[in-house]
Amino acid sequence: MVDTTIGAAGVIQPAEVKDVELYHPKSWVTKYVFCQDAKVIAIQYAITALGIGLVALVLSWLIRLQLAFPSSFSAIGPTDYLQFITMHGMIMVIYLLTALFLGGFGNYLIPLMVGARDMVFPYVNMLSYWVYLLAVLVLVASFFMPGGPTGAGWTLYPPQAILSGTPGQDWGIILMLASLILFIIGFTMGGLNYVVTVLQARTRGMTMMRLPLTVWGIFMATVLALLAFPALFVGCVMMLFDRILGTSFFMPAIVEMGQHLKYGGGSPLLFQHLFWFFGHPEVYIVALPAFGIVSDLISTHARKNIFGYRMMVWAIIVIGALSFLVWAHHMYVSGMNPYFGFYFATTTLVIAIPTAIKVYNWVLTLWRGDIHLTVPMLFALSFIVTFVNGGLTGLFLGNPVVDVPLSDTMFVVAHFHMVMGMAPIFVIFGAIYHWYPKVTGRMMNEALGQFHFWVSFLGAYAIYFPMHYLGLLGVPRRYFEMGDMAFIPQSATTLNIFITMAALTVGFAQMVFLFNLIWSLFWGKPAGSNPWRATTLEWQTPETPPGHGNWGKELPVVYRWAYDYSVPGAKEDFVPQNQPPTPRAA
Amino acid sequence: MTTAIILVLVALGSVLFHILSPWWWTPIASNWGYIDHTINLTFWITGFVFTAIILFTAYCVFRFRHQPGRQAIYNPENKRLEWWLTIGTAVGVGALLAPGLFVWDQFVTVPKGASEVEVIAQQWQWNFRLPGEDGRLGASDTRNVSSSNPLGLNPNDPNGRDDVVIEGDALHLPLGKPVKLLLRSIDVVHSFYVPEFRAKMDLVPGVVTYVWFTPTRTGTFETLCTELCGAAHYNMRAKVVVEEASEYQAWVRKQKTFAQLSARTRQAKGTQ
Amino acid sequence: MSITLLLLAVIGAIAAWWLSQQRLMSKPWLEVGAIDDVRGTGASPVPAATVGLGVFLAVVVTLFALLISAYFMRMQTADWAQMPAPKLLWFNTGLLILSSVALQYAQVAARRGRMEDVAGGLVAGGLLALAFMAGQLLAWQQLNAEGYFLATNPANAFFYLLTGLHGLHLLGGLVALALTADKVWRGLEPGQVRLSVRLCAIYWHFLLALWIVLFTLLTPWVGDFATICRQLLT
Ligand code: HEM
Ligand SMILES: [Cu+2]
Ligand SMILES: [Cu+2]
Repeated sequence: MVDTTIGAAGVIQPAEVKDVELYHPKSWVTKYVFCQDAKVIAIQYAITALGIGLVALVLSWLIRLQLAFPSSFSAIGPTDYLQFITMHGMIMVIYLLTALFLGGFGNYLIPLMVGARDMVFPYVNMLSYWVYLLAVLVLVASFFMPGGPTGAGWTLYPPQAILSGTPGQDWGIILMLASLILFIIGFTMGGLNYVVTVLQARTRGMTMMRLPLTVWGIFMATVLALLAFPALFVGCVMMLFDRILGTSFFMPAIVEMGQHLKYGGGSPLLFQHLFWFFGHPEVYIVALPAFGIVSDLISTHARKNIFGYRMMVWAIIVIGALSFLVWAHHMYVSGMNPYFGFYFATTTLVIAIPTAIKVYNWVLTLWRGDIHLTVPMLFALSFIVTFVNGGLTGLFLGNPVVDVPLSDTMFVVAHFHMVMGMAPIFVIFGAIYHWYPKVTGRMMNEALGQFHFWVSFLGAYAIYFPMHYLGLLGVPRRYFEMGDMAFIPQSATTLNIFITMAALTVGFAQMVFLFNLIWSLFWGKPAGSNPWRATTLEWQTPETPPGHGNWGKELPVVYRWAYDYSVPGAKEDFVPQNQPPTPRAA
Repeated sequence: MTTAIILVLVALGSVLFHILSPWWWTPIASNWGYIDHTINLTFWITGFVFTAIILFTAYCVFRFRHQPGRQAIYNPENKRLEWWLTIGTAVGVGALLAPGLFVWDQFVTVPKGASEVEVIAQQWQWNFRLPGEDGRLGASDTRNVSSSNPLGLNPNDPNGRDDVVIEGDALHLPLGKPVKLLLRSIDVVHSFYVPEFRAKMDLVPGVVTYVWFTPTRTGTFETLCTELCGAAHYNMRAKVVVEEASEYQAWVRKQKTFAQLSARTRQAKGTQ
Repeated sequence: MSITLLLLAVIGAIAAWWLSQQRLMSKPWLEVGAIDDVRGTGASPVPAATVGLGVFLAVVVTLFALLISAYFMRMQTADWAQMPAPKLLWFNTGLLILSSVALQYAQVAARRGRMEDVAGGLVAGGLLALAFMAGQLLAWQQLNAEGYFLATNPANAFFYLLTGLHGLHLLGGLVALALTADKVWRGLEPGQVRLSVRLCAIYWHFLLALWIVLFTLLTPWVGDFATICRQLLT
């Protein structure tokens, strides 16, 4: 971490990295393995995140199979089930979405979009990836330890997280906490890079208000992450102390299975506060990059400037700031002082306003556009649908009285999968179809892409929309089976089977996507340097894929904002940011 | 074209599903009808916004799809429109929040005269305790828990001797009388939830939390644990029976007090 | 959490000040620059590494603010028993102050281009910091010998946790310091080491200030104060 204070980066003048200071790979190993080029690091992040994400996807099938056919799988017991959901949730949120948006897209796009040669601290950036990889390996290791991975739920609430009633008490929880601590350290290294690169390495003419919203989104998300992850870090360290050294930070006096434990006096609610102080901003750490990217996708593929750019930027800033003031809306029924509910309900619903403005602006960007229904555009549309849906159910849960019956039911599961599961994942897919040609020089297959899109979108909607109604009925989450509860009608099982079928279908579509990723690498249509005819800088590189140092001899100079699409009187329907204005006839 | 149609179908299908869904909340059995009303109100407002946005999107996708010769307009912003949308949203949000806070205030304010019942959770069982004839619950502490005193009552507190202890069995409640549940756990965090009552609250070891409601319908309901508490979380259930006052009294008389229970275990130990 | 929110508000205020310089109200679509009036970027003239250190310090501030918030929340339970702070801590504090002074000296020397003094300052600062860490370990040992174990009381646990984390941050600083010293030994020009030395000095002053805050909080009077508050409240 401290390396940021020194190192090769030295003095980097704003807007340029001198060629001498640029790191040059000397061998195959430093070019592809221990590489300091942000573009390679981005790909390493992306592949690792997608790889571990695949594990989470497979776990979701097992979860769904168990829920649909509760008595058919003797191999899945109650403890296995808890381990599955815990690992599934944690991997998806942290190791896939956070890592992919910030480590993957952040690394690839920030330097290119702001017109820099690389991140400002390339060595630290490289370390960031390797620490992340280590975190993933530690996480994977917990699957193979005696007792298996932890089954404490991704929220890891103590006391149960470290007691023997919960699976993975021996090793699983320790490795989980250790892995999170590593992840945070690794992320902080990367995060410093993303923030400082945006602050200090923008090229000439690239003011903050000319940045594409993608950069704004990733930038703000990184700031949130840098300030929110410490809360998780503190929680993890203190819980490790409780588990290994027998302290009582979070552990009150406990009688577990008739045994008096040696703990006493600790506060489980303290952990919950720490966790959600991180956990709520985490939602926006995932959402803000998605907001930014989807704005650019919509604008590019509708050939129209993003509507209300300034409002979009302000909204990102306001949402970022407010997201630190709402954490306890996850704790309305946690037993905290119930009067906090008034405050947190208000801040939570207030945050809905800037969020809604963003939605309006996306939709209004479509208005009188020239909409090309490419695969990235389709995914952007599916983002709007799922995000609006999930955002609106957020208004249910943000209202404490409505949250009372719905919290910890399938309604919550459906809500957060819509809003922070499906919506960001669809943006990731859209973004991959969109930038793949820049990264590889080839287009992804369109037909396979369309297939992938329709199955994923309709399938995901079929999974989660009906699931809300199970929650309304009162079906709790994290339940291995519903048993013979009198209030649950037989038809709920039918619905569960339907949802599982949809989930398996969606899962299958992801295999098609993976196939497309690999197939197009070799046989995709050559893309040229700017296949979408986009304005932002990454499409204006001299080489595709961009070479080392991104820009050849001279850095680009920026003359305009990122959204000059369909400018009246212009020759083409897009004007790149680095295109000098034609001198006006005097 | 197809895309626009499918978007319309998604919006209309959602509304249709909502109307036709056989999966809906359970018939209410407590005074928290207000909660249901608030949910209904929220459904109306959000449902309207959802359909409006998706249908508008669908219209744009249809109307402004790429065709030869089409050019998008150049329209960076429209201050007036944005302000109106902001104000409209703020009004909608206010319409959700105000009744919500109003009901929340009732939810957290226990009426005078509510009878107290203690709920004690442990992995993976529900226990209950009623104040005895003196109408007061005796002091308790997790540190007092033992096999003969599973709820951790303070044996030296005279208020506790006549407390009725129900271990791992159904809880009975009288119809129409407000109850305040005092919630306590001796091991991990659990959560008390009866879908028909709508009320829910976590039980946190080390502190006592509360929730209140008035049962308004007789019948047998199910208590679920809704906070992950370990391997058998899914199986942590108990029955709650709401009945007329007379039946309730009869039931209470049949239950054992703390004093009786500890005398019995002492005897049992003595004979061994 | 109020302490955390307060410090975040300070960080937020800095961010707001910075944002206010970025012409957020401008209408970028109206500002197509002609070749010669391309503006700067609005980036600060400070070197990137300094900005990086600043951001990193904001992260560390948040980390410790959260720990301190947790400390105060946990303090309110009845089982809290403040432990005495070993006298040795005063001595250690002195060492850390001297260490900071040495680095400040090195920084001034670097600015004036006196490379021997830079080397001297860095070495002295490093050794003093090492001595501080040894002193902290000794303090731990003394406490252990007197029976104030980590797990006996939450007050003890927080003491070990906070001092330990502070020590780890110092350890990280020592790595940076060693790399800087290495540059000096390899005979780099003053211009090439000035920034590194400066950043080390800033980091050292920061850790000193942090330590003084922690030391104040960990001494018994805070615990007494909390007890009094609790009594007043109940
Ligand atoms: C098609 C893909 C997915 C399916 C079928 C799926 C399915 C499920 C199911 C059925 C549960 C909860 C079961 C229960 O509570 O008993 C669950 C939990 C969860 N999922 Fe997913 N999921 C998918 C993708 C995602 C994604 C993309 C995310 C990213 C945010 C995500 C995050 C979570 C989280 C955080 C939990 C909660 C875990 C816990 O309760 O501790 N899931 N998933
Ligand atoms: Cu939240
Ligand atoms: Cu439970």
